[in-house]
Amino acid sequence: MLVIHKYQARIYVTLRPSVLDPAGVAVESGLKQLGYEGVEQVRIGKYIELMVSAGNERKAREQLDRICDQLLANPVIENYRFDLVEVYAEIGTSS
Amino acid sequence: MKFGIVVFPGSNCDRDVAYVTESLLKLPTRMVWHEETDISDLDVVVVPGGFSYGDYLRCGALAQFSPVMGRVVEHAKQGKFVLGICNGFQVLTEMGLLPGALVRNRHLHFICDRIPVKVERINLSWTSAYEAGQVITLPIAHGEGRYYADADTLKALEDNGQVLFRYCTATGETDDSGNPNGSVNNIAGICDRTGKILGMMPHPERASDPLLGGTDGLKLFEGLLATASDALVPSP
Repeated sequence: MLVIHKYQARIYVTLRPSVLDPAGVAVESGLKQLGYEGVEQVRIGKYIELMVSAGNERKAREQLDRICDQLLANPVIENYRFDLVEVYAEIGTSS
Repeated sequence: MKFGIVVFPGSNCDRDVAYVTESLLKLPTRMVWHEETDISDLDVVVVPGGFSYGDYLRCGALAQFSPVMGRVVEHAKQGKFVLGICNGFQVLTEMGLLPGALVRNRHLHFICDRIPVKVERINLSWTSAYEAGQVITLPIAHGEGRYYADADTLKALEDNGQVLFRYCTATGETDDSGNPNGSVNNIAGICDRTGKILGMMPHPERASDPLLGGTDGLKLFEGLLATASDALVPSP
């Protein structure tokens, strides 16, 4: 009997610390103009949600790593991390 | 020498390149739709500027998975010529055919200008029609053209002489005042280790017809034509 687990992945793609983020700098200066003097080190990234089915969480994580390395993040300039939330499990009818 | 110009949904400099190769230089040229899977007739593939696939996710990120780009990798592996201009340069770095990445300009502005560029190396087909250290004027038009690579990659690029074009001042100084977008080492264009794959942010195709105010870009195509013909792999 095959159990299929379905997960929601919440993926965060961020610029590597060594890469200048001019958009973050611009937002920071905007916040300072609004009077938020204590704000610093604004960095802007991407948030991506997707659903993924896999036999177990380890397989889902492996698949997510490949997805992020191949497309969602560019390892030259970006890092990524993700959270997995299991949405439901069902009995699979085929492999 | 036959040119093929890749056309993605969102490409917008494809016809500018065809105008240069076909109308100005009278070379066989065809447009290559991104779903094509046979480009074996081509000697030079040009990946043009524009906004391939809307630049969704990252500039050039989605174009690498189009059917034709797999063929372009094979084309490159055969030692044939590949030229990526602007968005095409972004595509080539995303694919890993060229190292590094193009990220958002230092001051956030989309820059549309004509700027001085220094030719760093002339013993390659691409730059053979220029003089060493020559300062040429080329148009740029990009929001995400700041070349970035980590220190090790950058050192390898410099050690191997892979930097062909550098942003500079009008007098040829490659310092920060001559750097429009914040590219590391003022890099405007690089080639791979073999010298056959060239990626550049400036637009040589927009500086090829005197009517447009300059012909410094035409020499790129002329140099390629003059020196590369002998080295071409014959088509089967």
